[in-house]
Amino acid sequence: MAQEYDRRTIEELIDGTVSFPKLKEMLSSFKDPGRFDTYVSILQERVPWDDKILLPYGEHLYVVLKKDGSRVIKCDCGHEFGDYCQNWKLNALVYVRDDEQKMTELYPKLLAPDPQWQVIREYYCPNCATQLEVEAVTPWYPVIHDYEPDIDAFYEQWLGRPVPQP
Amino acid sequence: MAIRESDLAAKQEQAKQMRPIGWDGKTLKEMRREIDELSKETGYYAGLKELPFKESEPIRFEKIFAKLRGGVVHARETAKRVAASPIVEQEGELCFTLYTPEGDSVVTSTGIIIHVGTMGSAIKFMIENDYEENPGIEPGDIFCNNDCQVGNVHPCDVHTIVPIFWKGELVGWVGGVTHVIDTGATAPGSMCVGPVNRYDDGYQVACRKIGQNDELLRDWLIESQRSIRTTKYWLLDERTRVAGCHMIRDLVLNIIDEEGIDRYKQFIREIIEEGRRGLINRLKAMTVPGKYRQVGFVDVPYRHSDVDVPPYAKVDTIMHAPSEVTIHPDGRWELSFDGASRWGWHSYNAQPIAFTSGIWVMMTQTLIPNDRVNDGAVYATNFVLPEGGWMNPDDIRTAHSYAWHFLVSAWSPLWRGLSRAYFSRGYLEEVNAGNANTSNWLQGGGFNQYNTIHAVNSFEAAAEGTGASAVRDGLDHAAAIWNPEGDMGDMEIWELAEPLLYLGRSIKPNTGGYGKYRGGCGYETLRMVWNAKDWTMFFMGNGYMSSDCGLMGGYPAAAGYRFEAHGTDLKERFEKRLPFPQGGDPNPDEPQYEKLLEAKVIKRDKQAITTEAIFDNYDLYLNYLRGGPGFGDPLERKPEHIEVDLNGGYILPEYAEKVYGAVFTRDEKGQYHVDPVKTAERRKQIRQERLKRGKPTREWMKEERERILRKEAAVQVRHMYASSFSLSEKFLQEFRSFWNLPESWIVREDELEVPTFGAKLKLRESL
Repeated sequence: MAQEYDRRTIEELIDGTVSFPKLKEMLSSFKDPGRFDTYVSILQERVPWDDKILLPYGEHLYVVLKKDGSRVIKCDCGHEFGDYCQNWKLNALVYVRDDEQKMTELYPKLLAPDPQWQVIREYYCPNCATQLEVEAVTPWYPVIHDYEPDIDAFYEQWLGRPVPQP
Repeated sequence: MAIRESDLAAKQEQAKQMRPIGWDGKTLKEMRREIDELSKETGYYAGLKELPFKESEPIRFEKIFAKLRGGVVHARETAKRVAASPIVEQEGELCFTLYTPEGDSVVTSTGIIIHVGTMGSAIKFMIENDYEENPGIEPGDIFCNNDCQVGNVHPCDVHTIVPIFWKGELVGWVGGVTHVIDTGATAPGSMCVGPVNRYDDGYQVACRKIGQNDELLRDWLIESQRSIRTTKYWLLDERTRVAGCHMIRDLVLNIIDEEGIDRYKQFIREIIEEGRRGLINRLKAMTVPGKYRQVGFVDVPYRHSDVDVPPYAKVDTIMHAPSEVTIHPDGRWELSFDGASRWGWHSYNAQPIAFTSGIWVMMTQTLIPNDRVNDGAVYATNFVLPEGGWMNPDDIRTAHSYAWHFLVSAWSPLWRGLSRAYFSRGYLEEVNAGNANTSNWLQGGGFNQYNTIHAVNSFEAAAEGTGASAVRDGLDHAAAIWNPEGDMGDMEIWELAEPLLYLGRSIKPNTGGYGKYRGGCGYETLRMVWNAKDWTMFFMGNGYMSSDCGLMGGYPAAAGYRFEAHGTDLKERFEKRLPFPQGGDPNPDEPQYEKLLEAKVIKRDKQAITTEAIFDNYDLYLNYLRGGPGFGDPLERKPEHIEVDLNGGYILPEYAEKVYGAVFTRDEKGQYHVDPVKTAERRKQIRQERLKRGKPTREWMKEERERILRKEAAVQVRHMYASSFSLSEKFLQEFRSFWNLPESWIVREDELEVPTFGAKLKLRESL
């Protein structure tokens, strides 16, 4: 049977305060189909801006609907990274750990990647300085465009309703 | 000498009178073709647009499933007790699966379920190669397979496969697999590092008939016993598999007695189509359509003097697994690994079926977390694996003995992709930043404490750190994705099986990736060789690279290193009751073991892959198991969680300050106390430091582009790209396009001054 959870439980989940027995139950049970709407409404209530959240995109990041109908990736501090179909990281700040000194700020030397083999790239929000993503890749690796959601198909074909309009 | 003509004629006459063993007078080959065509034409398994049995009698349908599922699990649990090897008996490295006559899996037991696909591949190989005619498939036959080119993961996964007949018709197959402890490869142990080609990989049996009338053939017993080192384990593991297969065969025949053959035939078709629909429904329920991209790597550091391989294998390179997951609006999905690097002269190659089947092991822990694991999921999935890639070799010479080295790391990024979808839907409890690079594997052999020839393959790696979720930390020293049933085992059991005493077993600090929620930390054990003779061991971990990235601001798990000590003074220390190394090596940059012993040779470095080295009694070997990647910005980790980490030994204080910005004190009892106010202040400063040191990504890209134009990177990095470029024009074009490089820009292997042996000519499989 499909489960449903009250709003408070989903808030606790978002905050990481949900009890282990409840978490175990959520893992083991059938998924609650109403989760998406409850989840988005909680996130919407918590952000300081009023653009409509179309899809939570990552920790602190959302695809939002602007008044002009455009869809952009937005940080919860309000910074906008541009069109949701583009790679937001190209509009972020990057810090590349590519030598031993920068690596050993993170790990003991013998536990760190060797920068001759691998570098660590940290992507920050230019406004609030939150670390939004980390890549551990070889030198020269293209900046990975991690996620391109098909929002129209998601709403229309999976949720069975039109995509929100301005 | 040819068969006499009169005998031949008699045999041919007999053969004419024999019906094919498939259904309704068909051969197995005809049945296989029919299933493939029907499934392809209609999009439904076996053309089943409706499920009449399930829909008309759902309870009866479920009853049959429950009986079969319960039966295969029961067979596994019973058969496990027949085994002697701790790998099977303690770690549960076995599974049993029931197949259709065409080799599609119907229901599988718990355990090492990657073999749902690999044993099916062996059955399909027998069908394709007309085993029905020669050597014949008859009631009471027993077949064996461990050939990697047939589709096995690595030679130590030995399959026993038994046909199931009902009134002269083949109604299915049952397969059992165990991970045996030695396969007679160039080095002892089941997953050797030394092999660089098939002929080093050890004893390989390509779907051979090894038994008739439910009895193993004597020539098989003699040959197989003479081909491997650990004979008693081999023998008892084989008894384990045969016992389980026969239990399941009896179960199936009993169900047919009760339900009727027609109903059984309908059931095994419908349950697979139900599995196909089940995966689509889960994708629609839990994900978001779209594209998800991620990548994994592992180092192959073979130019080192401690890696003893032929000159053509003496290459430092990197294995590359980019993946793009496309979830279509109709719920089907495609997993593309286009851009992967080429197979190599090492034992980390994999066959397509091993690669794809292992993905289901992972998916059963999030996407399809139920007992309905069968080939239906395969029919809902399109895999793109580049020909010639390390997971789809185009040369029969490739070695596979340690295929897992990169398999588990190449699958791990898929967690990251799916987790983005779970996160978007709000199913935060399912988010997983990835898994540990499940190593090190302590392996080796020689004469053990019982004066018998012996090989070891420590399965402590069945417990590692898991990836962080979006609501809590990853599990510490707890699990590995490839074996949902496994654990690290008791020290006492390993000491009984191996001439290696435990001097310590400890949490390994700083190994889980940092984050708002950190990856689970790994652990380490310090083993001392005791009462062994002519003993060798080797290391099998990642050292120069981390295999994963971390998720949404979390860091990757730590990479690795090795510690070994030879010619120690421990014997004297024990006699004089002097201090000696115990416990862990919490900060490998500040060695403590070395303060408590004298040794002729100590190796403490990042060369975490080696081939056999001689270990004498009182020598030391540190087995360090890795951690999982982290989730979210580390500056958002709750101070109380950092305090728990410090007091539990999960992080070294220096890194709690540097990475988490924690400000803390330590009381007279040694307990740490994190100050939340001062920590918040310090974090504000770190954010300002980030803004200062960060560059706009597009600005940094201009600098990196110049380095690429100058071809400025270590040879192993250039070798990886050269290998991927040679297999994928698409990857090359996308690379050029991203960096805005001239159309003529490329890196080729032959410009790198490394051996290119095997890069052009291929030895193809043929009969």
